[in-house]
Amino acid sequence: MSSLAIKVDQLGKRYQLGGDVGMFKYRALRDAVTEGASNLARRMRGDLSGLWSAPETFWALRDVSFEIGRGEVVGIIGRNGAGKSTLLKILSRITRPTTGGADLRGRIGTLLEVGTGFHAELSGRENIYLNGAILGMRRAEVQRNFDAIVAFSGVERFLDTPVKRYSSGMYVRLAFAVAAHLETEILLVDEVLAVGDAEFQRKCLDKMQSVVRDGRTIMFVSHNMAAIKALCQRALLIDGGRLVQDGSVDTVVDAYLAAGRVSPDEGVLPDNVPRTGTGEVRLRTVTLRDADHEPVSQLYLGDRFSIEMTFEALSAVEDASVVVGISSLDGVRAATTYSTAEGQAPWSLAPGRHRIVLDLDLVLLPRRYTLDIAIVRGSGHEIDYVQQVLDFSAIGVARTGGDSYPWATVHGYVRPATQWHQPVRQTP
Amino acid sequence: MSYHGHTAEIPTIEIRPASGWSALDLGSVWEYRELVYYMVWRDIKVRYKQTALGIGWAVLQPLGSLIVFSLLFGRLAGLPSEGVPYPVFTMAALLPWQLFSNAFSGAANSVTGNAAVIGKVYFPRLIVPIAAVVATIVDFAIALFLLFGLMVWYGVPLRVTLLALPLFALAALVAALAVGLWTAALNVKYRDVRYLLPYALQLWLFVSPVLYSVSLIPDRWRVLYSLNPLVGVIQGFRWALFGGDSPWPLLASSMLVSTVWLIGGLFYFRRAEDEFSDII
Repeated sequence: MSSLAIKVDQLGKRYQLGGDVGMFKYRALRDAVTEGASNLARRMRGDLSGLWSAPETFWALRDVSFEIGRGEVVGIIGRNGAGKSTLLKILSRITRPTTGGADLRGRIGTLLEVGTGFHAELSGRENIYLNGAILGMRRAEVQRNFDAIVAFSGVERFLDTPVKRYSSGMYVRLAFAVAAHLETEILLVDEVLAVGDAEFQRKCLDKMQSVVRDGRTIMFVSHNMAAIKALCQRALLIDGGRLVQDGSVDTVVDAYLAAGRVSPDEGVLPDNVPRTGTGEVRLRTVTLRDADHEPVSQLYLGDRFSIEMTFEALSAVEDASVVVGISSLDGVRAATTYSTAEGQAPWSLAPGRHRIVLDLDLVLLPRRYTLDIAIVRGSGHEIDYVQQVLDFSAIGVARTGGDSYPWATVHGYVRPATQWHQPVRQTP
Repeated sequence: MSYHGHTAEIPTIEIRPASGWSALDLGSVWEYRELVYYMVWRDIKVRYKQTALGIGWAVLQPLGSLIVFSLLFGRLAGLPSEGVPYPVFTMAALLPWQLFSNAFSGAANSVTGNAAVIGKVYFPRLIVPIAAVVATIVDFAIALFLLFGLMVWYGVPLRVTLLALPLFALAALVAALAVGLWTAALNVKYRDVRYLLPYALQLWLFVSPVLYSVSLIPDRWRVLYSLNPLVGVIQGFRWALFGGDSPWPLLASSMLVSTVWLIGGLFYFRRAEDEFSDII
């Protein structure tokens, strides 16, 4: 494999969910598993006795094979929870695969998070050395690059100040600067460019481009399609733990964006879908549509969207109203709306099919969501209630690319509509 | 950026599923030795920056125990101390004991304490407990001066055998690492360990000759007693400082027990570390 840098062969990773029942229940799950955990939560919600059943398993990655040549820059794209980060964690030796294997030629530098191992009490200078060592840099390597790191970060004046006194921007700049000077043959980078202000992001992108020109092998995970297109020639699309597409960056990115759209005949509820209620009216179809009224399973940040439902009334109902809940996959209700909100009158439904469309102006923060839909009579008497009827994901970038969710961790569920006023200088 | 590829020496890293017991790969620990240094340096620096008394703790910790023990056991209980003033006699054992117990608990909590880093970057995980053990040397060195001061105060002569002290201190660290590796790995899986640890240390203190002399142990129990690695270490300290019975048979037994635990601990830790980032 002289010209190969990375050879991945049928890689698989299985996680155990909430397993290890017994005396010790301290095993905690990590972010990488939350996606799968939500599947478990979903199953358990209906069946609490599942707590004592055999440990659930979940394949975060399955049968993934590919080869990357030396000097190639490859983007990895896919929805949240698709398995991208698991792949990087295995290749960077943080966790072991369950099946398959990988051979990597060269020292591996990993950048899964900005500022890994930074200590708040230590000064900027001290953290450069500490963080460098944690990332696998030799002392000599850090020393050789010290001035460049400091210059890149722009925190010269605060080098001897504890980083706990840094602004978050300074902190991130310093942390990225250290990592950017890793001199390994292979660099594995997770969504870290989405930090700092626009100017710094551009600087990071420039830096990455110079790293690319150095002929190093890079795997780069991002939700930022513009950055992926700017940096990579090739992209891998991962979905549900499997490698779905491997090809030129333009082809794969376009396919990924197109995959966010679903065919219009989807959205029909299966006959055996679990539902509760008295049953005079039945929910038959649910479709999520984007601002262009296209059916989608993925929403860009800030896009308006609508939920289109078809109900079949078996007998007439005089005072019906519909309740729609948006929950995260792990079961937290992010928002609830109902058709009698703001004093609207209940509907009277004649027997037959009725189409009901709900337009939402709601900015959902990036994660996977699901819809719970109910039709109720009067003050809440349940006619039909279907939980988790449709899954979709909200992604961290806007359709135009001008807006994005800037952090790696998602705080909260929705971004409220706000009006930020320009700073007004106070004259003394 | 100055990047120069050295094609000739590019290593190939093989990633395979965990296969149960694996080689210790101490070579890669050696390659990352600078990280041990930085972690030790971080621990010490942070502790002295965060605590109001800073370096004072290294002195106050043994001094406090010493005063309590001397009053309780030396004065009230009148335990024998082989002709050496009881405070000096006890201090000679408190130092290696505290070195051991600090190193042990440091190692035991090291992996869980570095969870954030372990989940985000690879380095040989053995580095973490090793660094935690090494970091305790500084406190020990400081407390050593307190001991010497005490000896001068009580007029206990300083002997040439003092030069053997580092050897016994090393034996204490090896013992601490040996049990620390097991506990560190178990602690990741079962957080109960954290609550058991102080209790275990308390018991361990009483089965070690810290407050009393080894000579109080009846002969027929000696062999069993010497399976406690701390017995040889503490006896060694007393011998180096005050003379008396030769510590070597006890130390040999200590080292043998520690080594067995250490080798087992290393393999167990290596086996368990594959799971660290998944369950931490």
